Amino acid sequence: MTFKSRILNADEVRRALTRIAHEVIERNKGTQRLCFVGIHTRGISLAKRLVELVERFEGQRVPMGILDITLYRDDLTEIGLQPRVRETRIPFDLNGKAVVLVDDVLYTGRTARAALDALIDQGRPNRIYLAVLVDRGHRELPIRADFVGKNLPTSRSEVVKVKTVEDDGEDAVELWEMEEK
Amino acid sequence: MKGDILFKDATLVDARGKHGIADVLIGEGRILSLFGGEAKRTIEAKGLYLSPGFLDLHTHLREPGQEVKEDLQSGLEAAVRGGYTDVVSMPNTSPVVDRAEAVRALKEKSARIGFARLHPAAALTQGQEGQLLCEARALREAGAVLLSDDGRTNEDAGVLALGLRYAASWGLPVAVHAEDAGLRRGGVMHEGEVSWRLGLPGNPAYAETARIARDLEVVRYVWEGLGVRPQGETLLHIQHLSTKRGLELVRQAKREGLPVSTEVTPHHLTLTEAHLEGLDPLYKVAPPLRTKADVEALLEGLLEGSIDCVATDHAPHTEDEKALDLLRAPFGIPSLEVAWPLLYTKLVEERGFPLPTLVARFSSDPRRILGLPPIHLEEGAEASLVLWNPSQKRSVDPRGFASKAKYSPWAGWTLLGWPVLTLVEGRVVWEADF
Amino acid sequence: MSEPSPPSFPKHLLDFKDWNRAQLESLLETAQMMQEVLARPVKKVPALSGFTVATVFFEPSTRTRISFELAARRMSADVVSFVSSASSTVKGETHRDTLRTLDQMGIDAYILRTDAAGVPHQAHRWLRKPVINAGDGWRAHPTQALLDAFTLRERLGSLEGKKIAIVGDILHSRVARSNAELLPMLGACVVACGPSTLLPGHLPGVRLTTNLREALEEADAVMALRLQKERMDRGLLPSLPEYIAGYQITEARLAWAKPEAPLLHPGPMNRDVEIEGTLADSPRSLVERQVANGQAVRMAVLYHVLVGKR
Repeated sequence: MTFKSRILNADEVRRALTRIAHEVIERNKGTQRLCFVGIHTRGISLAKRLVELVERFEGQRVPMGILDITLYRDDLTEIGLQPRVRETRIPFDLNGKAVVLVDDVLYTGRTARAALDALIDQGRPNRIYLAVLVDRGHRELPIRADFVGKNLPTSRSEVVKVKTVEDDGEDAVELWEMEEK
Repeated sequence: MKGDILFKDATLVDARGKHGIADVLIGEGRILSLFGGEAKRTIEAKGLYLSPGFLDLHTHLREPGQEVKEDLQSGLEAAVRGGYTDVVSMPNTSPVVDRAEAVRALKEKSARIGFARLHPAAALTQGQEGQLLCEARALREAGAVLLSDDGRTNEDAGVLALGLRYAASWGLPVAVHAEDAGLRRGGVMHEGEVSWRLGLPGNPAYAETARIARDLEVVRYVWEGLGVRPQGETLLHIQHLSTKRGLELVRQAKREGLPVSTEVTPHHLTLTEAHLEGLDPLYKVAPPLRTKADVEALLEGLLEGSIDCVATDHAPHTEDEKALDLLRAPFGIPSLEVAWPLLYTKLVEERGFPLPTLVARFSSDPRRILGLPPIHLEEGAEASLVLWNPSQKRSVDPRGFASKAKYSPWAGWTLLGWPVLTLVEGRVVWEADF
Repeated sequence: MSEPSPPSFPKHLLDFKDWNRAQLESLLETAQMMQEVLARPVKKVPALSGFTVATVFFEPSTRTRISFELAARRMSADVVSFVSSASSTVKGETHRDTLRTLDQMGIDAYILRTDAAGVPHQAHRWLRKPVINAGDGWRAHPTQALLDAFTLRERLGSLEGKKIAIVGDILHSRVARSNAELLPMLGACVVACGPSTLLPGHLPGVRLTTNLREALEEADAVMALRLQKERMDRGLLPSLPEYIAGYQITEARLAWAKPEAPLLHPGPMNRDVEIEGTLADSPRSLVERQVANGQAVRMAVLYHVLVGKR
């Protein structure tokens, strides 16, 4: 893969997340029943930031869970590679909650679809929102995000890389080009 | 001089040695000349070796009663394709060959079929039940050459002693499957590190050696009270020797002058317990494949002559039977069609085993055990011969076997020394396209 | 979805010969994840939707079969089940016939149990489909060993340097053989103990002893094996009381091991034979935990063997 450009730097990531946190609070009219569920791997780091931002703005720490969607993928009979099954931990009751699912990039919508199924298997929330740092288009399912950090038109041969301090040592969003096969 | 066949430029190899190149003229069932002559058919044998036909002391042809596994037609054709002109068939058929009529029926039917000559072995005890002796005199008269309860073991030493004594009075050697049933239990492979690790019931080397030790003492007992020498030098023939320790016991007994002989199979010379690692019943055989040390000892024994000869213990079963699990699949490996190329390649080519000695172990030595004279490649000799190719490589393809058992533990092995033509008493009974 | 992929896995579980430590550790981690699924109100995930697995039991074993079938169903696989006794196999249809017939029905994986060693290997050669060994003769019972290892790690943490004593009929035990293969791969030292008529002459990587005290001393965990009554009929043991007197795990004998050393048994247990009855019900016993963990481990095995076909 070859590097093409940096879409967001650390400051821009921070601003995008701050804006999302404000929007969430506004849409939910406060922190009541609010919770965040981060999707592995970077969605978890982003969800943690959002929880912290909400606490800073509202003085209230909302619960947070982590979700692995591997066992809900719709391509397990097809793929050659075997994804690692990672931890799912939702240490609170989902019933009646307003859940903000957090992922780094929204692309085909299949991860979000799997995450919705995985979440609903764990309980019956009142409302599920989807928050992503980047929406790069090319949806294959009727899914849209409620909160978007950056809308980024891409081609299918491009790869959007979200980096976080926790996972990669820095906050950034980069655009890469896949190698010709 | 006019003959039927002329082998032109054949290299002669018999038990006495390698004799160089000759034009061998065959007629009237004999070798007429080694210096050519006029013949109806001339076979260009340049680069090919001509040897005495092989005799297999231990073959299971399954007829009568188990023709689904093998029959005289398929088994005798398999024999000549393997260079064998003579085979001794084991009597553990259904019914057991324990009466003169049964021997006669086999002789007559096999003569009609042609291919290799059949020398039936008959049971030592009626029904191979280990109790009452068979009519050795009548069996001998009908054409039996050997008595054996092979397929079963002789658990009662007293019956064996009586059997040896009685068989000796009619000049018949007795062959035994020397394994102690109690020590063998339900063993399906050699007991040792591999069986313990794989969790397979083990058959210890001591099942064989304890039984050989006992049988040698029985022979000593019989021999001391007998006083007459059996016709074929052998009173007791120990089948398919598989252990180093068993060899030591036989070697010692021979040194003491006991009239005993023994054989080794192609599988015990080329395969080990390690072949069971893949858990394939193809390698399930009794006695079981042993250790590398045993294989080395057996090679040594064959070289020095403590082991008299190679015998196949060709034991065909259906493919379905061999596809049962390791507990239920029957024992046995078919080998008539690969024995010679296998041992020529593995022993002579790869290990430097002397070729004339190997030829002896396939021909004159087993003949001696039956009291038959050797076939030497000289004028006047019986023309039961095999022409084989020492340099053409071919891989073992069991689908091409004449035997009904179209599988082989050596499938895919690349071997030299394949027979190309077999003669019985001057008649071409089989020839490859060459 | 661009995570670094874990090690690739063998597409069969016949024994542990084709598996390495990294793969086994990864599998046990997956089993941990499956525990989370089993703790939910809805104990089901769609992961294996579209796969069909067959449990083919030529030797009956209701518990193992139910454990596998539940594991498969909780992963949304379709399950068909074939049970026959060894005797009916002898009469007519061979294992090969049965398996080839099933194979015409679009089975994606086979879970095989047989009284003879090696049938899973044979099946793997015949079918060229994933085969999971659910116990073959005296040879191997890999998912039992995995659930034992999983249960041990739950209690002891890492097995590195831990001493595990296995007591009983080692010679005829597929559980002992699979544990003797697996536990050392995970860093444990295994000591196998029993009367010498029930011990093999040698097992790689395992210390063998007839002395129970020597086996239990300093042990971090003790595993007792089921004693088949037929061993007495075949003359390998003079009597049951003899065995009990020599090798039963009692409260007093377990005191030879480390203070908190847990006690395992693969089941089904002969109460008051292999283990003193009261001990079997005590907090030292992990027997029920083993059964519960069996499902999670088998879900993980199915996931690793089935997903990522190519």
